[in-house]
Amino acid sequence: MAYLSIVALIPLAALVVRSMDGGLDTFWNAVTNDQAVAALRLTLIASVIVVVVNAVTGTLIAWVLVRDEFPGKGIVNSLIDLPFALPTIVAGLTLLAFYGPDSPVGVNLAFTKVSVAVALLFVTLPFVVRAVQPVLLELDTEMEEAAESLGAGKATVFRRIVLPNLAPAILAGGGLAFARAVGEFGSLVLITGMLPFDTEAASVFIFGRVESDDPIGASAVSVVLLVAALVVLLFFGWLSKRALRHED
Amino acid sequence: MKTRLALRFAALGYLALLLGIPVALVFINAFQDGVAAAWEAVTTPEAQHAFYLTMVMVAVAVPLNTIFGVLCALAIVRQRFRGRALLNAMVDLPFAVSPVVVGLALLLVYGHRDGWIGEWLAENGIRVIFSTPGMILATMFVSLPFVVREVIPVLREIGTEQEQAAATLGAGAFQTFFRVTLPAIRWGVAYGVVLTTARALGEFGAVSVVSGKLSGRTETATLFVENRFQRFDETGAYAASVVLALLALVTLLAMNLIKPKEEVRA
Repeated sequence: MAYLSIVALIPLAALVVRSMDGGLDTFWNAVTNDQAVAALRLTLIASVIVVVVNAVTGTLIAWVLVRDEFPGKGIVNSLIDLPFALPTIVAGLTLLAFYGPDSPVGVNLAFTKVSVAVALLFVTLPFVVRAVQPVLLELDTEMEEAAESLGAGKATVFRRIVLPNLAPAILAGGGLAFARAVGEFGSLVLITGMLPFDTEAASVFIFGRVESDDPIGASAVSVVLLVAALVVLLFFGWLSKRALRHED
Repeated sequence: MKTRLALRFAALGYLALLLGIPVALVFINAFQDGVAAAWEAVTTPEAQHAFYLTMVMVAVAVPLNTIFGVLCALAIVRQRFRGRALLNAMVDLPFAVSPVVVGLALLLVYGHRDGWIGEWLAENGIRVIFSTPGMILATMFVSLPFVVREVIPVLREIGTEQEQAAATLGAGAFQTFFRVTLPAIRWGVAYGVVLTTARALGEFGAVSVVSGKLSGRTETATLFVENRFQRFDETGAYAASVVLALLALVTLLAMNLIKPKEEVRA
């Protein structure tokens, strides 16, 4: 407990206290100035988009990895975790190599808002896949076969049988992906250009505030970010539990 | 059958565009001026120091977090005390905190100018921020939950029967832990250690805030990549990235070797 305090709890407490140092007015001004609002809005919108895309692609990838058979599946399966293992700055450089000004296919996304979303998609890729995969493995195909024999089409079977069973896992993975996306920093540094009012995400904005010696402004936005991540994590956890109960 | 192929194509295409091709390209870019140039770029004194510093981070943060992780998991699973649920929730906190915020939070406690105890530390000649201790703290913070999270389910799974048997036969608490509990949870611990190491190797945001980025002094491997890129030394940035990417692949390999062992036993 002492270890936890020295490393994590006391610093976080300092953060909350410091954000209130100048009183509520200063706090409010720090989080509602135009640049902070632009950064927070970009981060939240991009994170929501990323979670929705991940819910679809993550489920798709998990389905293909569990139900499909093709040569090299084992390798693909282990590479899913690469975004976890790869340092975020390298992730950014990786994306810049393919989607930057020197792109071999001529797709230059660098310094655009799209690049923010692509970077977040890269780093959050494993969450939904790894949450859905074990559930899909456990899921018996009997129910699906029964539905099909009763004349249900493939789409109906997926919508009425498979999806409800996977929903809790998709939500849990989505919540983790959101929390990660909201706080992401390293992968955004190189590819987004960190342009204020345009491609500057909240974490990048905080970094800028720290560098320009404004700890109160930086702390205030940090607290907002922290609360957003915690609320969404708890909310998705609650949704996921509710979906589980529904199943029984 | 047609839908199946279409789905397979869509999934693999997405993975190739987002993951496969970009990562392959980093390797190609690193060696665009030849292997010798890449080798030279990662063996300069700055590069060597950066990798050395990253190794120091790993060497300190991983053992400490492993010991903490096992103790914390034991406390959460085996003991009943007030605040146990709170501790359980708190351990996951670093997952919800942005690395930049981690760095800032450490700055606010240990920083010499605005930190809570920074002034006192400075008077006693201890420098935490803009030096190695602060960077180690940042690394410890971000990689804190992994061992705890991996060990908790294993501890739940194995139950207490064997431990009780050992205690009945006269084993002390230490003997029970080292002879019974630890061997049973070893693959869970190993998996957690691999994840912790990967995170410690790759940490960027938190370290970036507390390090001051003094080239050749407080620059880790990830900061070195950024520094090289900002100075238009693409070969240096890509070459150092390749080294880090190779370490990431080794991590993946280790994960794949350990995971089945963990599952078979559990």
